[in-house]
Amino acid sequence: MRITCPICGERDMREFTYRGAALPTPPLEADVETWVDHVHLRENAAGVLRELWQHTMGCGAWLVVTRNTITHEILDVVLAEEAGIGIPVAEEQP
Amino acid sequence: MFGSGRFSGLRVLKEGLTGNKGWTPHWRDPEPKSEYDVIIVGGGGHGLATAYYLAQEFGLKNIAVLEKGYLGGGNVGRNTTIVRANYGLEGNSQFYSHSLKLWEQMEQDLNYNAMMSQRGIINLFHNDGQRDASIRRANAIVNQGDDAEIIYRDDLKKLLPYLNFDNNRFPIMGGLMHWRGGTARHDAVAWGYARAADQLGVDLIQNCEVTGIDVEGGKVTGVQTSRGPIKAKKIGLAAAGRSSQVAAMAGLTLPLESHVLQAFVTEGLKPIIDHVVTFAEGHLYISQSDKGGLVFGSYIDYYSSYAARGNLPMVEHTMETLVAMVPSVAKARLLRSWGGIMDMSFDGSPIIDKAPVEGLYLNCGWNYGGFKATPASGHTFAHLVALDRPHAAAEKMRLDRFRTGRGIMDEEGTGAQHNLH
Repeated sequence: MRITCPICGERDMREFTYRGAALPTPPLEADVETWVDHVHLRENAAGVLRELWQHTMGCGAWLVVTRNTITHEILDVVLAEEAGIGIPVAEEQP
Repeated sequence: MFGSGRFSGLRVLKEGLTGNKGWTPHWRDPEPKSEYDVIIVGGGGHGLATAYYLAQEFGLKNIAVLEKGYLGGGNVGRNTTIVRANYGLEGNSQFYSHSLKLWEQMEQDLNYNAMMSQRGIINLFHNDGQRDASIRRANAIVNQGDDAEIIYRDDLKKLLPYLNFDNNRFPIMGGLMHWRGGTARHDAVAWGYARAADQLGVDLIQNCEVTGIDVEGGKVTGVQTSRGPIKAKKIGLAAAGRSSQVAAMAGLTLPLESHVLQAFVTEGLKPIIDHVVTFAEGHLYISQSDKGGLVFGSYIDYYSSYAARGNLPMVEHTMETLVAMVPSVAKARLLRSWGGIMDMSFDGSPIIDKAPVEGLYLNCGWNYGGFKATPASGHTFAHLVALDRPHAAAEKMRLDRFRTGRGIMDEEGTGAQHNLH
Protein backbone atom coordinates (compact mmCIF):
# COMPACT_ATOMS: atom_id res chain seq x y z
CA MET A 1 0.00 0.00 0.00
CA ARG A 2 1.06 3.56 -0.69
CA ILE A 3 -0.56 6.44 1.11
CA THR A 4 -0.74 9.97 -0.27
CA CYS A 5 0.01 12.30 2.61
CA PRO A 6 -1.71 15.67 1.97
CA ILE A 7 1.50 17.40 3.08
CA CYS A 8 4.29 15.14 1.72
CA GLY A 9 2.72 13.39 -1.25
CA GLU A 10 2.58 9.68 -2.11
CA ARG A 11 4.74 7.55 0.20
CA ASP A 12 5.36 3.90 1.05
CA MET A 13 3.17 2.60 3.89
CA ARG A 14 6.33 1.90 5.92
CA GLU A 15 6.51 5.62 6.69
CA PHE A 16 3.14 5.49 8.46
CA THR A 17 1.94 4.11 11.80
CA TYR A 18 -1.51 2.65 12.14
CA ARG A 19 -3.82 3.66 14.97
CA GLY A 20 -7.20 2.11 14.09
CA ALA A 21 -10.71 3.27 13.30
CA ALA A 22 -11.11 7.05 13.18
CA LEU A 23 -13.88 7.52 15.70
CA PRO A 24 -15.33 10.82 16.84
CA THR A 25 -14.21 11.39 20.40
CA PRO A 26 -17.11 11.47 22.87
CA PRO A 27 -17.61 14.69 24.80
CA LEU A 28 -15.41 14.80 27.89
CA GLU A 29 -18.50 14.85 30.11
CA ALA A 30 -19.95 11.68 28.49
CA ASP A 31 -20.79 8.85 30.88
CA VAL A 32 -18.48 5.93 31.58
CA GLU A 33 -20.42 3.51 29.37
CA THR A 34 -19.98 5.76 26.36
CA TRP A 35 -16.25 5.98 26.98
CA VAL A 36 -15.91 2.22 27.56
CA ASP A 37 -17.60 1.57 24.22
CA HIS A 38 -15.48 4.20 22.49
CA VAL A 39 -12.24 2.69 23.76
CA HIS A 40 -13.11 -0.98 23.24
CA LEU A 41 -15.86 -1.71 20.76
CA ARG A 42 -15.30 -1.62 17.01
CA GLU A 43 -17.63 -1.97 14.06
CA ASN A 44 -14.66 -3.72 12.41
CA ALA A 45 -15.96 -3.04 8.93
CA ALA A 46 -15.37 -5.48 6.09
CA GLY A 47 -15.37 -2.85 3.38
CA VAL A 48 -14.84 0.88 3.55
CA LEU A 49 -13.26 2.02 6.83
CA ARG A 50 -12.15 5.47 7.99
CA GLU A 51 -9.00 5.04 10.00
CA LEU A 52 -6.22 7.01 11.64
CA TRP A 53 -2.65 6.77 10.40
CA GLN A 54 0.24 8.97 11.47
CA HIS A 55 3.02 9.93 9.08
CA THR A 56 5.59 9.10 11.73
CA MET A 57 8.59 8.91 9.40
CA GLY A 58 7.53 11.98 7.46
CA CYS A 59 5.80 15.17 8.55
CA GLY A 60 4.25 13.58 11.67
CA ALA A 61 0.72 14.59 10.72
CA TRP A 62 -2.26 12.53 11.79
CA LEU A 63 -4.32 11.47 8.81
CA VAL A 64 -7.80 10.11 8.28
CA VAL A 65 -7.41 7.46 5.58
CA THR A 66 -10.53 6.02 3.95
CA ARG A 67 -9.58 2.51 2.87
CA ASN A 68 -11.33 -0.64 1.75
CA THR A 69 -10.33 -3.41 4.16
CA ILE A 70 -11.22 -6.13 1.63
CA THR A 71 -9.18 -4.81 -1.30
CA HIS A 72 -6.68 -2.50 0.52
CA GLU A 73 -7.67 0.24 -1.95
CA ILE A 74 -7.15 3.72 -0.49
CA LEU A 75 -10.05 6.00 -1.40
CA ASP A 76 -9.26 9.24 0.40
CA VAL A 77 -6.68 10.84 2.70
CA VAL A 78 -7.24 14.04 4.67
CA LEU A 79 -5.57 15.66 7.66
CA ALA A 80 -7.22 14.50 10.88
CA GLU A 81 -7.58 18.05 12.15
CA GLU A 82 -9.53 18.94 9.01
CA ALA A 83 -11.73 15.88 9.49
CA GLY A 84 -12.46 16.91 13.06
CA ILE A 85 -10.98 13.72 14.51
CA GLY A 86 -8.88 13.90 17.61
CA ILE A 87 -8.92 14.64 21.30
CA PRO A 88 -10.76 17.91 21.91
CA VAL A 89 -8.59 20.40 23.73
CA ALA A 90 -10.32 21.77 26.81
CA GLU A 91 -10.73 25.49 26.37
CA GLU A 92 -9.80 26.28 29.93
CA GLN A 93 -7.40 24.08 31.83
CA PRO A 94 -8.37 23.81 35.51
CA MET B 1 -21.89 -46.52 9.50
CA PHE B 2 -21.05 -43.39 7.56
CA GLY B 3 -17.74 -41.56 7.66
CA SER B 4 -15.74 -44.29 5.91
CA GLY B 5 -15.52 -46.64 8.87
CA ARG B 6 -12.68 -47.02 11.31
CA PHE B 7 -9.13 -46.27 10.23
CA SER B 8 -6.20 -48.49 11.17
CA GLY B 9 -2.76 -49.45 9.93
CA LEU B 10 -4.13 -52.84 8.90
CA ARG B 11 -6.82 -51.14 6.83
CA VAL B 12 -4.27 -48.95 5.05
CA LEU B 13 -2.37 -52.12 4.15
CA LYS B 14 -5.51 -53.92 2.97
CA GLU B 15 -6.69 -50.97 0.88
CA GLY B 16 -3.22 -50.55 -0.56
CA LEU B 17 -3.25 -54.16 -1.75
CA THR B 18 -6.77 -53.94 -3.21
CA GLY B 19 -6.48 -50.77 -5.28
CA ASN B 20 -7.70 -48.34 -2.59
CA LYS B 21 -11.29 -48.94 -3.70
CA GLY B 22 -12.79 -49.21 -0.22
CA TRP B 23 -12.38 -45.59 0.88
CA THR B 24 -15.54 -43.51 1.05
CA PRO B 25 -16.14 -39.79 1.80
CA HIS B 26 -15.13 -38.85 5.34
CA TRP B 27 -18.45 -37.21 6.11
CA ARG B 28 -21.98 -36.86 4.74
CA ASP B 29 -23.23 -33.81 2.86
CA PRO B 30 -26.68 -33.44 4.43
CA GLU B 31 -29.45 -31.01 3.59
CA PRO B 32 -30.14 -28.63 6.47
CA LYS B 33 -33.07 -29.62 8.68
CA SER B 34 -35.66 -27.03 9.65
CA GLU B 35 -34.62 -27.03 13.30
CA TYR B 36 -31.67 -27.94 15.53
CA ASP B 37 -31.04 -27.84 19.26
CA VAL B 38 -27.66 -26.20 18.67
CA ILE B 39 -26.24 -24.44 15.64
CA ILE B 40 -22.54 -23.67 15.45
CA VAL B 41 -21.73 -20.89 12.97
CA GLY B 42 -18.33 -21.56 11.41
CA GLY B 43 -16.96 -24.85 10.12
CA GLY B 44 -13.34 -24.25 11.00
CA GLY B 45 -11.27 -26.04 13.60
CA HIS B 46 -12.98 -24.44 16.59
CA GLY B 47 -16.52 -24.86 15.27
CA LEU B 48 -15.97 -28.48 14.28
CA ALA B 49 -14.27 -29.29 17.59
CA THR B 50 -17.17 -27.65 19.44
CA ALA B 51 -19.71 -29.76 17.58
CA TYR B 52 -17.69 -32.92 18.24
CA TYR B 53 -17.46 -32.32 22.00
CA LEU B 54 -21.14 -31.29 22.20
CA ALA B 55 -22.07 -34.68 20.77
CA GLN B 56 -19.30 -36.80 22.27
CA GLU B 57 -18.96 -35.47 25.82
CA PHE B 58 -22.19 -33.59 26.47
CA GLY B 59 -24.53 -36.03 24.72
CA LEU B 60 -26.37 -33.54 22.53
CA LYS B 61 -27.91 -35.12 19.46
CA ASN B 62 -29.45 -32.49 17.21
CA ILE B 63 -26.49 -30.32 16.17
CA ALA B 64 -25.51 -28.55 12.95
CA VAL B 65 -22.37 -26.73 11.89
CA LEU B 66 -23.05 -24.05 9.26
CA GLU B 67 -20.12 -23.09 7.04
CA LYS B 68 -20.35 -20.46 4.33
CA GLY B 69 -17.51 -22.01 2.32
CA TYR B 70 -15.98 -25.44 2.77
CA LEU B 71 -14.92 -27.14 6.00
CA GLY B 72 -11.52 -26.05 7.27
CA GLY B 73 -11.13 -23.40 4.56
CA GLY B 74 -10.26 -20.56 6.91
CA ASN B 75 -7.55 -20.06 9.48
CA VAL B 76 -7.31 -23.73 10.47
CA GLY B 77 -5.86 -24.33 7.02
CA ARG B 78 -3.81 -21.13 6.90
CA ASN B 79 -1.66 -21.20 10.03
CA THR B 80 1.89 -22.31 10.82
CA THR B 81 0.65 -25.46 12.64
CA ILE B 82 2.29 -24.78 16.00
CA VAL B 83 1.01 -26.44 19.17
CA ARG B 84 2.22 -25.29 22.59
CA ALA B 85 1.31 -24.52 26.18
CA ASN B 86 4.03 -22.04 27.11
CA TYR B 87 1.88 -19.26 28.51
CA GLY B 88 2.53 -17.49 31.77
CA LEU B 89 -0.60 -15.58 32.76
CA GLU B 90 -3.41 -16.86 34.92
CA GLY B 91 -6.29 -17.63 32.55
CA ASN B 92 -4.19 -18.41 29.50
CA SER B 93 -1.99 -20.76 31.51
CA GLN B 94 -4.67 -23.28 32.51
CA PHE B 95 -6.45 -22.96 29.18
CA TYR B 96 -3.48 -23.85 26.98
CA SER B 97 -2.36 -26.50 29.44
CA HIS B 98 -5.80 -28.07 29.05
CA SER B 99 -5.49 -27.72 25.29
CA LEU B 100 -2.11 -29.48 25.09
CA LYS B 101 -3.47 -32.44 27.06
CA LEU B 102 -6.34 -32.71 24.58
CA TRP B 103 -3.86 -32.50 21.69
CA GLU B 104 -1.94 -35.43 23.13
CA GLN B 105 -4.98 -37.70 23.05
CA MET B 106 -6.68 -36.22 19.97
CA GLU B 107 -5.57 -38.76 17.38
CA GLN B 108 -6.76 -41.67 19.50
CA ASP B 109 -10.02 -39.88 20.38
CA LEU B 110 -10.78 -39.03 16.75
CA ASN B 111 -9.28 -42.16 15.11
CA TYR B 112 -7.50 -39.79 12.74
CA ASN B 113 -3.87 -39.17 11.94
CA ALA B 114 -3.30 -35.49 12.69
CA MET B 115 0.48 -35.96 12.42
CA MET B 116 0.90 -34.60 15.94
CA SER B 117 4.62 -34.13 16.37
CA GLN B 118 5.90 -33.11 19.80
CA ARG B 119 9.27 -32.05 18.49
CA GLY B 120 9.71 -29.27 21.04
CA ILE B 121 9.40 -25.51 20.67
CA ILE B 122 12.24 -23.24 21.73
CA ASN B 123 11.97 -19.48 22.28
CA LEU B 124 15.43 -17.94 21.89
CA PHE B 125 16.58 -15.02 24.01
CA HIS B 126 19.23 -12.44 23.23
CA ASN B 127 19.92 -10.45 26.37
CA ASP B 128 19.75 -10.46 30.16
CA GLY B 129 16.25 -9.02 30.30
CA GLN B 130 14.82 -11.61 27.93
CA ARG B 131 16.69 -14.36 29.80
CA ASP B 132 15.16 -13.30 33.11
CA ALA B 133 11.70 -13.10 31.53
CA SER B 134 12.21 -16.57 30.02
CA ILE B 135 13.20 -18.05 33.39
CA ARG B 136 10.15 -16.50 35.00
CA ARG B 137 7.94 -17.87 32.25
CA ALA B 138 9.58 -21.29 32.51
CA ASN B 139 8.77 -21.37 36.21
CA ALA B 140 5.18 -20.41 35.45
CA ILE B 141 4.92 -23.21 32.89
CA VAL B 142 6.35 -25.74 35.36
CA ASN B 143 3.94 -24.48 38.02
CA GLN B 144 1.00 -25.01 35.68
CA GLY B 145 2.14 -28.65 35.39
CA ASP B 146 3.77 -28.52 31.97
CA ASP B 147 7.39 -28.75 30.92
CA ALA B 148 9.99 -26.05 30.41
CA GLU B 149 13.76 -26.10 30.28
CA ILE B 150 16.23 -23.24 29.97
CA ILE B 151 19.03 -24.21 27.59
CA TYR B 152 22.09 -21.95 27.52
CA ARG B 153 24.30 -21.06 24.63
CA ASP B 154 26.91 -23.83 24.84
CA ASP B 155 24.35 -26.63 24.98
CA LEU B 156 22.18 -24.88 22.43
CA LYS B 157 25.06 -24.84 19.93
CA LYS B 158 25.00 -28.64 19.99
CA LEU B 159 21.22 -28.81 19.65
CA LEU B 160 20.65 -26.08 17.03
CA PRO B 161 24.03 -25.72 15.27
CA TYR B 162 22.55 -23.86 12.27
CA LEU B 163 21.66 -20.73 14.26
CA ASN B 164 23.66 -17.54 13.91
CA PHE B 165 24.79 -17.30 17.55
CA ASP B 166 26.91 -14.20 17.01
CA ASN B 167 24.57 -11.86 15.21
CA ASN B 168 25.96 -8.41 15.98
CA ARG B 169 22.71 -6.94 17.22
CA PHE B 170 20.96 -10.05 18.52
CA PRO B 171 23.46 -12.67 19.70
CA ILE B 172 21.76 -15.80 21.04
CA MET B 173 22.24 -16.37 24.78
CA GLY B 174 19.95 -19.35 25.11
CA GLY B 175 16.37 -20.42 24.86
CA LEU B 176 13.28 -21.62 26.68
CA MET B 177 12.52 -25.15 25.46
CA HIS B 178 9.03 -26.57 25.84
CA TRP B 179 9.49 -30.17 24.78
CA ARG B 180 5.82 -31.16 24.63
CA GLY B 181 5.13 -28.40 22.11
CA GLY B 182 5.46 -29.02 18.40
CA THR B 183 3.35 -29.14 15.28
CA ALA B 184 0.29 -30.94 13.90
CA ARG B 185 -1.10 -31.29 10.39
CA HIS B 186 -3.54 -28.38 10.44
CA ASP B 187 -5.99 -29.59 7.77
CA ALA B 188 -6.12 -33.04 9.34
CA VAL B 189 -7.20 -31.52 12.65
CA ALA B 190 -10.24 -29.96 10.97
CA TRP B 191 -10.94 -33.13 8.97
CA GLY B 192 -10.53 -35.35 12.04
CA TYR B 193 -12.99 -33.33 14.11
CA ALA B 194 -15.38 -33.11 11.12
CA ARG B 195 -15.36 -36.85 10.54
CA ALA B 196 -15.73 -37.69 14.23
CA ALA B 197 -18.57 -35.18 14.64
CA ASP B 198 -20.30 -36.54 11.54
CA GLN B 199 -20.04 -40.08 12.88
CA LEU B 200 -21.81 -38.87 16.03
CA GLY B 201 -24.66 -37.52 13.89
CA VAL B 202 -23.70 -33.84 13.63
CA ASP B 203 -24.90 -32.27 10.36
CA LEU B 204 -21.98 -30.49 8.68
CA ILE B 205 -23.59 -28.08 6.21
CA GLN B 206 -21.24 -26.41 3.76
CA ASN B 207 -21.93 -23.57 1.31
CA CYS B 208 -24.43 -22.31 3.84
CA GLU B 209 -23.83 -18.67 4.75
CA VAL B 210 -25.62 -17.25 7.77
CA THR B 211 -27.27 -14.02 6.63
CA GLY B 212 -29.27 -13.20 9.75
CA ILE B 213 -29.73 -14.17 13.38
CA ASP B 214 -33.31 -14.17 14.58
CA VAL B 215 -33.79 -12.66 18.03
CA GLU B 216 -37.21 -12.43 19.69
CA GLY B 217 -37.66 -10.88 23.11
CA GLY B 218 -33.93 -10.92 23.79
CA LYS B 219 -33.62 -14.59 22.90
CA VAL B 220 -32.32 -16.33 19.78
CA THR B 221 -34.80 -18.40 17.80
CA GLY B 222 -32.81 -19.33 14.72
CA VAL B 223 -30.80 -18.14 11.75
CA GLN B 224 -31.46 -17.04 8.19
CA THR B 225 -29.08 -18.67 5.73
CA SER B 226 -28.33 -18.83 2.03
CA ARG B 227 -30.02 -22.25 2.18
CA GLY B 228 -33.15 -21.06 4.00
CA PRO B 229 -34.19 -20.32 7.58
CA ILE B 230 -33.20 -22.76 10.34
CA LYS B 231 -34.59 -22.67 13.86
CA ALA B 232 -32.31 -23.25 16.85
CA LYS B 233 -32.54 -23.02 20.63
CA LYS B 234 -28.87 -22.20 21.00
CA ILE B 235 -26.39 -20.63 18.60
CA GLY B 236 -22.62 -20.67 19.06
CA LEU B 237 -20.52 -18.29 16.98
CA ALA B 238 -17.07 -19.56 15.99
CA ALA B 239 -16.43 -17.31 13.00
CA ALA B 240 -12.88 -16.14 13.82
CA GLY B 241 -11.93 -13.17 11.62
CA ARG B 242 -15.54 -12.70 10.54
CA SER B 243 -16.91 -12.70 14.10
CA SER B 244 -17.77 -8.99 14.02
CA GLN B 245 -20.02 -9.39 10.96
CA VAL B 246 -21.80 -12.44 12.36
CA ALA B 247 -22.30 -10.90 15.81
CA ALA B 248 -23.61 -7.70 14.21
CA MET B 249 -26.54 -9.76 12.89
CA ALA B 250 -27.61 -10.15 16.52
CA GLY B 251 -27.09 -6.46 17.20
CA LEU B 252 -23.75 -6.89 18.95
CA THR B 253 -20.56 -4.88 18.58
CA LEU B 254 -17.48 -6.80 19.69
CA PRO B 255 -14.13 -5.57 21.07
CA LEU B 256 -12.34 -6.93 18.00
CA GLU B 257 -10.41 -5.71 14.98
CA SER B 258 -9.65 -8.06 12.08
CA HIS B 259 -6.06 -7.94 10.88
CA VAL B 260 -4.04 -9.92 8.37
CA LEU B 261 -1.26 -12.29 9.43
CA GLN B 262 0.98 -13.68 6.70
CA ALA B 263 2.67 -17.07 6.54
CA PHE B 264 5.35 -18.42 4.23
CA VAL B 265 6.69 -21.74 3.02
CA THR B 266 9.86 -22.51 1.06
CA GLU B 267 10.55 -25.25 -1.45
CA GLY B 268 11.28 -28.65 0.08
CA LEU B 269 14.73 -28.87 1.65
CA LYS B 270 16.64 -31.66 3.36
CA PRO B 271 16.02 -31.85 7.13
CA ILE B 272 17.68 -28.91 8.86
CA ILE B 273 15.27 -27.57 11.49
CA ASP B 274 14.23 -30.31 13.90
CA HIS B 275 12.12 -28.24 16.31
CA VAL B 276 9.88 -25.21 16.26
CA VAL B 277 12.21 -22.26 16.81
CA THR B 278 11.27 -18.69 17.60
CA PHE B 279 13.58 -15.70 17.44
CA ALA B 280 12.71 -13.09 20.06
CA GLU B 281 13.75 -10.13 17.92
CA GLY B 282 11.35 -9.74 15.06
CA HIS B 283 8.96 -12.32 16.43
CA LEU B 284 9.98 -14.99 13.91
CA TYR B 285 8.75 -18.57 14.26
CA ILE B 286 9.80 -21.43 12.03
CA SER B 287 9.49 -25.18 11.67
CA GLN B 288 10.10 -27.65 8.87
CA SER B 289 7.22 -29.63 7.45
CA ASP B 290 7.42 -33.35 6.77
CA LYS B 291 7.66 -32.51 3.06
CA GLY B 292 10.74 -30.42 3.82
CA GLY B 293 9.34 -26.93 3.37
CA LEU B 294 10.32 -24.32 5.93
CA VAL B 295 7.08 -22.94 7.37
CA PHE B 296 7.45 -19.56 9.02
CA GLY B 297 5.92 -16.22 9.84
CA SER B 298 6.24 -13.18 12.10
CA TYR B 299 4.00 -10.25 13.01
CA ILE B 300 0.59 -9.25 11.76
CA ASP B 301 0.67 -6.48 9.15
CA TYR B 302 -0.78 -4.01 11.70
CA TYR B 303 -3.73 -2.61 9.81
CA SER B 304 -7.35 -3.77 9.56
CA SER B 305 -7.82 -6.22 6.72
CA TYR B 306 -10.15 -8.89 5.40
CA ALA B 307 -8.04 -9.47 2.30
CA ALA B 308 -6.38 -12.75 3.40
CA ARG B 309 -3.20 -11.41 1.82
CA GLY B 310 -0.70 -8.93 3.13
CA ASN B 311 1.72 -6.29 1.93
CA LEU B 312 5.43 -6.42 1.14
CA PRO B 313 6.88 -4.60 4.18
CA MET B 314 6.04 -7.50 6.48
CA VAL B 315 7.25 -10.00 3.86
CA GLU B 316 10.57 -8.17 3.82
CA HIS B 317 10.76 -7.98 7.60
CA THR B 318 10.07 -11.69 7.95
CA MET B 319 12.72 -12.67 5.40
CA GLU B 320 15.28 -10.36 7.01
CA THR B 321 14.63 -11.87 10.41
CA LEU B 322 14.82 -15.42 9.12
CA VAL B 323 18.16 -14.80 7.43
CA ALA B 324 19.45 -13.04 10.55
CA MET B 325 18.64 -16.15 12.60
CA VAL B 326 19.48 -18.90 10.08
CA PRO B 327 21.84 -17.45 7.42
CA SER B 328 22.23 -20.83 5.72
CA VAL B 329 18.67 -20.76 4.35
CA ALA B 330 19.17 -17.42 2.57
CA LYS B 331 19.16 -19.06 -0.84
CA ALA B 332 16.08 -21.21 -0.24
CA ARG B 333 13.35 -20.24 -2.68
CA LEU B 334 10.04 -19.14 -1.32
CA LEU B 335 7.27 -21.34 -2.64
CA ARG B 336 4.12 -19.69 -1.35
CA SER B 337 2.84 -17.00 0.96
CA TRP B 338 -0.67 -16.28 2.11
CA GLY B 339 -2.63 -14.43 4.75
CA GLY B 340 -5.27 -15.24 7.32
CA ILE B 341 -7.82 -12.92 8.92
CA MET B 342 -7.11 -12.63 12.63
CA ASP B 343 -9.80 -11.63 15.11
CA MET B 344 -7.63 -9.42 17.28
CA SER B 345 -8.92 -8.67 20.75
CA PHE B 346 -7.11 -5.84 22.34
CA ASP B 347 -5.45 -7.67 25.20
CA GLY B 348 -4.35 -10.41 22.81
CA SER B 349 -6.44 -13.11 24.52
CA PRO B 350 -9.66 -14.83 23.47
CA ILE B 351 -13.31 -14.62 24.45
CA ILE B 352 -15.37 -17.73 25.27
CA ASP B 353 -18.50 -16.41 26.91
CA LYS B 354 -22.23 -15.96 26.73
CA ALA B 355 -23.37 -13.04 24.60
CA PRO B 356 -25.78 -10.51 26.09
CA VAL B 357 -28.54 -12.22 24.03
CA GLU B 358 -30.06 -15.35 25.55
CA GLY B 359 -29.07 -18.53 23.73
CA LEU B 360 -26.16 -16.87 21.91
CA TYR B 361 -22.57 -17.84 22.72
CA LEU B 362 -19.32 -16.21 21.61
CA ASN B 363 -16.05 -17.89 20.68
CA CYS B 364 -13.72 -15.27 19.21
CA GLY B 365 -10.71 -13.06 19.77
CA TRP B 366 -8.15 -15.74 18.87
CA ASN B 367 -5.65 -13.20 17.66
CA TYR B 368 -2.70 -15.01 16.01
CA GLY B 369 -2.98 -18.06 18.26
CA GLY B 370 -6.14 -19.95 17.41
CA PHE B 371 -4.65 -23.18 16.08
CA LYS B 372 -3.02 -24.46 19.27
CA ALA B 373 -6.25 -23.62 21.10
CA THR B 374 -8.44 -25.72 18.79
CA PRO B 375 -9.22 -28.70 21.07
CA ALA B 376 -9.62 -26.67 24.26
CA SER B 377 -11.62 -24.00 22.47
CA GLY B 378 -14.00 -26.65 21.19
CA HIS B 379 -14.13 -28.49 24.49
CA THR B 380 -14.70 -25.50 26.75
CA PHE B 381 -17.08 -23.81 24.30
CA ALA B 382 -19.14 -27.01 24.10
CA HIS B 383 -19.20 -27.05 27.92
CA LEU B 384 -20.47 -23.46 27.99
CA VAL B 385 -23.12 -24.05 25.30
CA ALA B 386 -24.34 -27.34 26.79
CA LEU B 387 -24.34 -26.44 30.48
CA ASP B 388 -24.64 -22.63 30.43
CA ARG B 389 -21.65 -22.23 32.70
CA PRO B 390 -17.98 -21.86 31.81
CA HIS B 391 -15.49 -24.71 31.94
CA ALA B 392 -12.89 -24.11 34.67
CA ALA B 393 -10.09 -23.87 32.11
CA ALA B 394 -11.86 -21.07 30.21
CA GLU B 395 -13.57 -19.14 32.99
CA LYS B 396 -11.21 -16.17 32.53
CA MET B 397 -12.07 -15.75 28.84
CA ARG B 398 -14.78 -13.27 29.72
CA LEU B 399 -16.32 -10.72 27.40
CA ASP B 400 -16.74 -8.16 30.17
CA ARG B 401 -13.07 -7.99 31.12
CA PHE B 402 -12.63 -5.09 28.73
CA ARG B 403 -15.47 -3.21 30.38
CA THR B 404 -14.51 -3.89 33.98
CA GLY B 405 -10.74 -4.01 33.55
CA ARG B 406 -10.64 -7.14 35.72
CA GLY B 407 -8.79 -10.12 34.32
CA ILE B 408 -7.16 -8.47 31.32
CA MET B 409 -4.73 -11.05 29.89
CA ASP B 410 -2.04 -9.08 28.10
CA GLU B 411 0.44 -11.93 27.70
CA GLU B 412 2.91 -9.83 25.71
CA GLY B 413 2.81 -6.94 28.16
CA THR B 414 2.48 -4.44 25.33
CA GLY B 415 -0.62 -2.77 26.72
CA ALA B 416 -4.32 -3.50 26.40
CA GLN B 417 -4.99 -1.37 23.35
CA HIS B 418 -6.35 -2.25 19.93
CA ASN B 419 -3.33 -1.49 17.78
CA LEU B 420 -0.73 -3.12 20.03
CA HIS B 421 -1.45 -6.82 19.55
